[in-house]
Amino acid sequence: MDDGPSANWSLTQASIGQPVSDSPANALELRGITKNFGAVTALDDVSLSIKPGSIHALLGENGAGKTTLMRIAFGMVKADSGQILRDGGLLELRSPADAIAARIGMVHQQFSLIPAMTVAENVALGGKGLYNVNDVAARISEIASTTGLTIDSRARVANLTSAERQKVEIVRTLAHDARILILDEPTAVLAEKDIGELFEQLRVFASAGGSVVLITHKLQNALDHADEVSVLRHGKLVLNAPMDAASKDSLTAAMLGSAPQEQGITRGTAIRSRLVARVGPPFVEVFAGEILGVAALEGAAGPLLRSFAGRAQTGSGKPGSGKTGLRVGFVPENRQEEALIPDLSLTENLALKNAGERRGIIDWKQLRDNTSTVIREFDVRASGPDATARSLSGGNQQRFVLGRELSDKPELLVLENPTQGLDVNAASVVHQRMKAARDSGTAIVFYSTDLDELVDLADRVVVVGGGRISDSPPDKSEIGRLLLGIETAEHPVA
Amino acid sequence: MPDLSLLADALVRATPLIIAGLAVAFAFRGGVFNIGAEGQLLVGATAGAAVSLWAGPALGRSVLIVALLSAALAGAAWAAVAAELRKRFGVLEIISTIMLNFIALHLVSFLVRGPLQEPTRIYPQTQSIADSARLPIILPNTRFHFGFIIAIVLACFFGWLFKTTAIGFRVRAIGAAPKAAWIAGKVDVKRTSYIVFLVSGALAGLAGGIEVSGVTYALYENLSPGYGYTAIAVALIAGLNPIGVIASGIFFAFLETGALALQRDFAIPSSAASVVEAVFVLAALAISSLRGRGIPGLTRPATR
Repeated sequence: MDDGPSANWSLTQASIGQPVSDSPANALELRGITKNFGAVTALDDVSLSIKPGSIHALLGENGAGKTTLMRIAFGMVKADSGQILRDGGLLELRSPADAIAARIGMVHQQFSLIPAMTVAENVALGGKGLYNVNDVAARISEIASTTGLTIDSRARVANLTSAERQKVEIVRTLAHDARILILDEPTAVLAEKDIGELFEQLRVFASAGGSVVLITHKLQNALDHADEVSVLRHGKLVLNAPMDAASKDSLTAAMLGSAPQEQGITRGTAIRSRLVARVGPPFVEVFAGEILGVAALEGAAGPLLRSFAGRAQTGSGKPGSGKTGLRVGFVPENRQEEALIPDLSLTENLALKNAGERRGIIDWKQLRDNTSTVIREFDVRASGPDATARSLSGGNQQRFVLGRELSDKPELLVLENPTQGLDVNAASVVHQRMKAARDSGTAIVFYSTDLDELVDLADRVVVVGGGRISDSPPDKSEIGRLLLGIETAEHPVA
Repeated sequence: MPDLSLLADALVRATPLIIAGLAVAFAFRGGVFNIGAEGQLLVGATAGAAVSLWAGPALGRSVLIVALLSAALAGAAWAAVAAELRKRFGVLEIISTIMLNFIALHLVSFLVRGPLQEPTRIYPQTQSIADSARLPIILPNTRFHFGFIIAIVLACFFGWLFKTTAIGFRVRAIGAAPKAAWIAGKVDVKRTSYIVFLVSGALAGLAGGIEVSGVTYALYENLSPGYGYTAIAVALIAGLNPIGVIASGIFFAFLETGALALQRDFAIPSSAASVVEAVFVLAALAISSLRGRGIPGLTRPATR
């Protein structure tokens, strides 16, 4: 049997239009892109050039239009007007398949891998012809040798860590011969060490003539690693410069429109006489008027926080240990699935709080007024109490959830990663609200993957790790030591 | 007036469609995919007929109430089998309720040839129930009975329940997002969906009881021409809205009675109506999605 090349499994399918200008071609050029979603202008006449061989950071607050712009460049969203040029040639993108054919690849914030399949099978998805595991494995190891993205092609994706899954996503786009790699918030799920490694690999890719577009709101990542920077604010391009010409201050000013107010660290004083909740064993207590920070390695804090919040059993069951009748506010990490029902209105989502305890007739008029109050007081940008939760951006959803959970002046507020995915401004609002609640006597328990946030915000810290729970002062190195279980002479791990 | 009797026939046929349609709409809104309205309806009809026959002489007029309540209880009990299977073993209710439909169908076959067969033992059906156990006729000289009023009242009640009450909101919440209902709302999802299942079964059972007390006055094998299955279409066309179920129930009833007339007068096969029904359901599902509102678990908002 003779398999012609066309019958073989193939990922390469490049075909690019003829150049229409002979200026030194940009790898990718967006011209006058405008996009409206209903009455909302997501992008307003944005033009952007991506040079070959560079890492280009695209910065902006949540909802500034970064992701929408890149989805247009990847053919997922159709622009209302504007042009896309690839190497100087006009590009017509009807679907991501067209973008992939033009050697543009995108790694989305939410991964699109199939957990039950192996790395090789995931990489092969979208290829043509016959699937041959050896061909794909060869391609993966070829990519590994040129970029340093090493991954076991036979591993099942379900068994991989977030960092490894991200590698697979990148390898997949490279296997489709992407020369322009768009990464949407790639560092959100990564630990410090993995972030460094990622950028090393991206640099190798760029040095070989590839282009990287890095959507991020982590200023430091952009400053440290990008060559070019563009900033979007409210759908408009407000800054576009080589990174040498930008500073942390100038970028912050461009992103926010004004310099953010620096906040001094104020600590609360726990009212030791007023124990609000205790869970365990091992027992952890929280008192009125304090913020208790929980430090833990990925996933380990969940059970502790959920038993504080009285949501220890999933699906069914009675509230967990602790006083009954305690007013508890809970801000879960997964807003879309656990905090809100996206298709219901904000008023209905407000009614969702304590829905299990409501009786008789619901006073919708009263709830609608309460919703308007939350919208106003927590600066939720929404068209009104009848807007669906889905129509809000992440930061606005989080402010709404926080406002809802604080609306009945809870005695205990439990938050999981409360500023994840939020920009500087939105995060600082959340911090202020937490402190204000603490100062009015609420006991607060929160978990954060960001040690800096934990140290800045918490009055007291407990570290969950290695099957034990230990107290710690809000001190980064001390927390780190306990997290990793490092024992020293003067600091025995109890 | 022949026209009036045709209209009455359609509304008589609409009655079980509306009540069973409510059963399906209520379940689907609560995230319970009860495909078993047909079986629950048949079991309800059996209980209604049996109670009417046994307790009729002793209870007088009040036997009607007792019979209808028994029908609802029997429907709920039949649904409880599937609800238990789901709660204990995670058996998909879509599978279990369909299986229970077949069991109910053959249970009726057995009963009308055995323990419940009429005294002469000639026909595979029960004796006719006493006049006192029958639902009153509203329009004289037609079959239009009081059951239709019950159907309208029930639809309004469930519409009100969804719109204004805490329990109605909880049912909507667990249907739309069970995880958020539990985490944000502390709704006991398992318990609530169990109750939804029972209420749905009770409604379908009641539809069967009303059919016996209002139309057939006896239990026999082909008592239901698939009311429980058409009810799924009725609920979907109504967008799972209880008030909408009134309109779509009447619509389907007209379609089916009209099809019988077409077959009689013009030899057009009445199965043509089934084709039309199916097309309507598929179109309604697509339209609900296109209007950006998908039905949780069934359709999602259309993306371009």
